[in-house]
Amino acid sequence: MSRQTRTGPAALAVGIALGGVALGAIQAKRKQGRSPDDAPDFALRQRDGEYDLVGRSVTIRKPRDELFRFWRDFGNLARFMENLEKVEVEDAATGRATWHIKGPAGRSVAVRTTIESEDEGRMIAWRSLDGSDVETEGKVTFEDAPGDRGTRVGLTIGYKPPAGALGKAVAKAFLREPEIQARHDLKRFKMLMETGEIATSARTKAQTRAAKQENAA
Amino acid sequence: MRALTWHGTKDVRVETVDDPEIINPRDAIIKITSTAICGSDLHLYDGVIPAVKPGDVLGHEFMGEVVETGSDATLKKGQRVVVPFTIACGGCFHCKSQQYSACDNSNPVEKQDMSATLYGQPMSGLFGYSHLTGGYSGGQAEYVRVPFSDVGPIVVPDHLEDEKVLFLSDILPTGWMAAENADIKPDDTVAVWGCGPVGLFAIQSAIVMGASKVIAIDHYPHRLELARQLGAEIVNFRTTHVREALMEMSGGIGVDAVIDAVGMESHGFAVDNMMDVVKQKIGIGADRASALKQAILAVRFGGKVSIPGVYGGMTDKWPLGAMMEKGLQLRGGQTHVQKYTKDLLAKIEDGTLDTTFLISHRLPLEDAARGYKNFKEEQDSWTKVILKPGMEKAA
Ligand SMILES: NC(=O)c1ccc[n+]([C@@H]2O[C@H](COP(=O)([O-])OP(=O)(O)OC[C@H]3O[C@@H](n4cnc5c(N)ncnc54)[C@H](O)[C@@H]3O)[C@@H](O)[C@H]2O)c1
Ligand SMILES: [Zn+2]
Ligand SMILES: [Zn+2]
Repeated sequence: MSRQTRTGPAALAVGIALGGVALGAIQAKRKQGRSPDDAPDFALRQRDGEYDLVGRSVTIRKPRDELFRFWRDFGNLARFMENLEKVEVEDAATGRATWHIKGPAGRSVAVRTTIESEDEGRMIAWRSLDGSDVETEGKVTFEDAPGDRGTRVGLTIGYKPPAGALGKAVAKAFLREPEIQARHDLKRFKMLMETGEIATSARTKAQTRAAKQENAA
Repeated sequence: MRALTWHGTKDVRVETVDDPEIINPRDAIIKITSTAICGSDLHLYDGVIPAVKPGDVLGHEFMGEVVETGSDATLKKGQRVVVPFTIACGGCFHCKSQQYSACDNSNPVEKQDMSATLYGQPMSGLFGYSHLTGGYSGGQAEYVRVPFSDVGPIVVPDHLEDEKVLFLSDILPTGWMAAENADIKPDDTVAVWGCGPVGLFAIQSAIVMGASKVIAIDHYPHRLELARQLGAEIVNFRTTHVREALMEMSGGIGVDAVIDAVGMESHGFAVDNMMDVVKQKIGIGADRASALKQAILAVRFGGKVSIPGVYGGMTDKWPLGAMMEKGLQLRGGQTHVQKYTKDLLAKIEDGTLDTTFLISHRLPLEDAARGYKNFKEEQDSWTKVILKPGMEKAA
């Protein structure tokens, strides 16, 4: 079974990952039991083409339901996702929301999303709506960790950067090293949940502001 | 405020820097009354630890008075506290397992990648050390910001003066954990390499834990004499063949447990050490581990190897065969300070542990650079240096 087919022929043809296609295709393979082993897809040694699918796991010493509820309120995401300015929730039931992402040169990029499927306490999957500046799709899973270790949280995000000059600029800022971004965001989520704050080694408030500007630049 | 800052190899200066502020809800600001220079600081001073930046405030052994608290802090202004050098959140898997120096949450996220690449998982936060461990400003200063102040600092009673309790911040628990990691049984003979502060506290702890014999190894006569006063037998590696001596002194069996309280800048002119000195100097990242290698050959079959001495990278010519064939147990780690402070404070109070015998010098903070230089170059007589921010500078 070649891993080439994981991203789907369409994605390979245009040379970028189609977030939606990729995520869906991989889940289908897993269900059919055709994965090479039991590791999550994002731990694959070889990533073919421009497979813009990233993911990470982290263990958080809190109950599954508590973590699920916090995440399910998308307004909370901006508290730990570094590139998010804010998320405006329009409808809590369907999860319709607008994500304001820090873009290049102080511009902000808007992505409208909706919850595509969810499994109470276990999984939330969302995708961008037509007309968003960035096409994206994501999934977060919550699974009991052994003993009293809390919950294993997995985050998978697929991206399709827009075409044209704006697309390039957005990709540079927002999609910059998305794998590192996903890992960092999940660790910040863990810090916030386990300690109530996000660690910083700054000595002064001015230093924390300077560091934020540096990250945004 | 005034603070001791790092500027390069053997270049530390006391300068004026911005005062620390409360940033997170669980923070506290401590006004330093006493702080010490540690052997770990010498690794920074000598430039053998990566990711130290010019202007970084050093110092991880400190105590003082609480002067400001964040909204979720539990300390009260005016309390006298000793602060562990390991920063720990108290809520993660490792903290809940009392492995505080492996805390998941104290090293800022963006600083974790470096050590995760080096070691497989990221290190936790430490005060006044490297940016591998967060790049937190340290306590060789007038003030320090202490994160997770509800977990680390221990409040100390007024009748115990600073000098008696200061070392709860690092070297006392480090010596204690080193002995604990050697899994000492009553009939054991324990050999300790290095009679610096860590080695001396490891020796004292091993004796309190009931070792039948403790053998101390160093080359500085005064430091060896301090070890002898604690009740150890001594071996001077300048004049004596260490492995031969240890075989004889353990009745031909080999010592039961060994403690490496030397770390990555081992002295001596053994061939492997000299090769490692060269590699460390030209920056190809070999730790000098000759004391540890010697310890692994000296310990008996089934013996126990405890490594409080700090190493940062790789080493060459590792005696892997001896380790496997002899079935050794190895344990190391930065100290889980928070696990030990309460017990050890009680042992200071009831006189079980003497914490002041090794202090050789007390200097004003302004004189810190001189303290570093002498602690490095006059090791025999400069056994432990305490810095005091308020103290008058000598003429
Ligand atoms: N694990 C921890 O949490 C922790 C905490 C504090 C210190 N440390 C480390 O412990 C080590 C010792 O710290 P210290 O403050 O006692 O330092 P120190 O530099 O004062 O003492 C080291 C001693 O080792 C002796 N020595 C050097 N080479 C030797 C050899 N080949 N054989 C025998 N002795 C030798 C030196 O003469 C010196 O007396 C350092 O590596 C330090 O970084 C670790
Ligand atoms: Zn120390
Ligand atoms: Zn922790």
